[in-house]
Amino acid sequence: MGEKLLMRGSHVIGEAAVRAGCRFYAGYPITPQNELTEYTAGAMARLEDGVFIQAESELAAINMVIGASMAGARAMTSSSSPGISLKQEGISYLAAQELPAVIVNTMRGGPGLGNIAPSQGDYFQATRGGGHGDYRTIVLAPASGQELAELTRKAFEYADKYMTPVVILGDGMMGQMMEPVEFPDTIDPDELPPRPSVLDGAGGRPSRIIKSLYLDPSMEEEHNWKLTRKYESMARQISRGEEYLTADARLVVIAYGTAARIAKGAVRRVRDMGLKVGLFRPITLWPYPKRAVLEISRVSKDFLVFEMSTGQMVEDVKLALEGRSNVHFYGRPGGIISTPDEISKVINSLYHRRHLEED
Amino acid sequence: MAKKVFQRPKYLKETVFHYCPGCGHSIIHRLVAEVLEELDIGERVIAVPPAGCAVLAYNYIDVDMGEAPHGRGAAVATGIKRVLPDRIVFTYQGDGDIAGIGTAETIHAANRGENITIIFVNNGVYGMTGGQMAPTTLIGQNSTTTPGGRDIGRDGAPLDLSQMLAIARGSVYIERTAVNSPKNIRRTKRAITKAFKTQMEGLGFSLVEILSPCPTNWKMSPVEAAGWIEEVMTKTFPLKVIKDEVGKRN
Repeated sequence: MGEKLLMRGSHVIGEAAVRAGCRFYAGYPITPQNELTEYTAGAMARLEDGVFIQAESELAAINMVIGASMAGARAMTSSSSPGISLKQEGISYLAAQELPAVIVNTMRGGPGLGNIAPSQGDYFQATRGGGHGDYRTIVLAPASGQELAELTRKAFEYADKYMTPVVILGDGMMGQMMEPVEFPDTIDPDELPPRPSVLDGAGGRPSRIIKSLYLDPSMEEEHNWKLTRKYESMARQISRGEEYLTADARLVVIAYGTAARIAKGAVRRVRDMGLKVGLFRPITLWPYPKRAVLEISRVSKDFLVFEMSTGQMVEDVKLALEGRSNVHFYGRPGGIISTPDEISKVINSLYHRRHLEED
Repeated sequence: MAKKVFQRPKYLKETVFHYCPGCGHSIIHRLVAEVLEELDIGERVIAVPPAGCAVLAYNYIDVDMGEAPHGRGAAVATGIKRVLPDRIVFTYQGDGDIAGIGTAETIHAANRGENITIIFVNNGVYGMTGGQMAPTTLIGQNSTTTPGGRDIGRDGAPLDLSQMLAIARGSVYIERTAVNSPKNIRRTKRAITKAFKTQMEGLGFSLVEILSPCPTNWKMSPVEAAGWIEEVMTKTFPLKVIKDEVGKRN
């Protein structure tokens, strides 16, 4: 860790990527994440071995990342919702070809062109694979400037460890927020352990193939099970979330990212009023921290899922609880940012409707 | 002792091609393998096969290969080459791949002057999917999606992608050849050699478009297909050096 810097969220991701040894970025302009692309353009230009390409399209950008990853680089692209839809083809190939890469989605209101306000409408797309075929991506949901720095580092580590694409799922609010940040130690990419499957010319070794075509269904099935085993080990090893005042909670709010920041403020307010309410904030959205949610259900029988969408993560909460607790939902889609006051009112009303104040 | 005058090139794997009888891919694979050996670059080359019949090029050409999604070869190659500028990077793409779904990636790679080489195999149809109309299908040519022939009013005219790429400032060397006769095969090999040399000298974007027979989808014998290239296909796609600024850029 070094000095504390005051930085905008999108710049934090760019800086954290470079400090994680990322030396390749390809991207395409789209609001509200242009600051990340612009920051990376400058950062890569200052590095002798940095590559920045403004691609002709989102498709080209993700495919350039595929190439850079094949060639052994820590590579990243970023976009916002409509652009991420376009990248899904490449993300499916990255998963199938077992190539590491980091994809940042600064979510905005949708569907369609939507708007440029913060939203969480891409949860399904991010956590269910997003592109075609039987695969998952690791999805990380930072909720502060500091966590942007830490999770960007983690994203590159997970990508390399599991040879898989990793999605950082934020929103315009996360991207614009200025907060003090301390970065982890800088990594020299030359000192990273070499990946075994890099394409760098077959000098002195047998030639290598990176592909996703398995015409023989039994081979494709084997490939699918291999990926699945990998996903299962991720679920065991990396799923995590943050608990806040859950030990005695009768109602636990579940929210991620910006929504969790708002919810935390709301939980503080209702605690001041004497309500036994806690917060659970998933940090990995895939793999989902199911065990942690299940564990909380021993204490709290009521959950309130708050999302900046019409209700997507709420399905994962229900899956995690398997009917053991009551799951309620409150959502504001379309780029509406709730206030802590608004959420505290929702909590208050639910708390009393469920008679949770009674012993 | 007898002198060996013909043998398997070093970078061609010892396996049987799956390609149809009379298909041009086998010839072009061999030419590429020969050139890689002659230029002594086979151990620092990375190839990008396409979606289409030639996706299986990685089963035959014995070099590092990274498969690209359909049409995205030039973008994938860009990523590889920018990370490893001292390696030789080429894509191998069909006409549907490069001139249909991958038009944008190809034009912009040429415009950026990416120092890569493209082997563009033009057989005028989507081969692997069963002979549908390609951007390069000739006016009047039958395909499974142009029964009665390609109609210029309904389907548009054949797209001359190589000519379009020649306009881009970043392209350095573009030639159209064919593999329908021994003479044209030799010309094709010379063109492939020149394209790779263009990249080795760091001059920029090079491409060889090769008119290649697809007897199966053209519903012709291999001999008829070779003749059809000569008599019909070259009228729309004349064999020539389309752009050569190698001397100028040196």
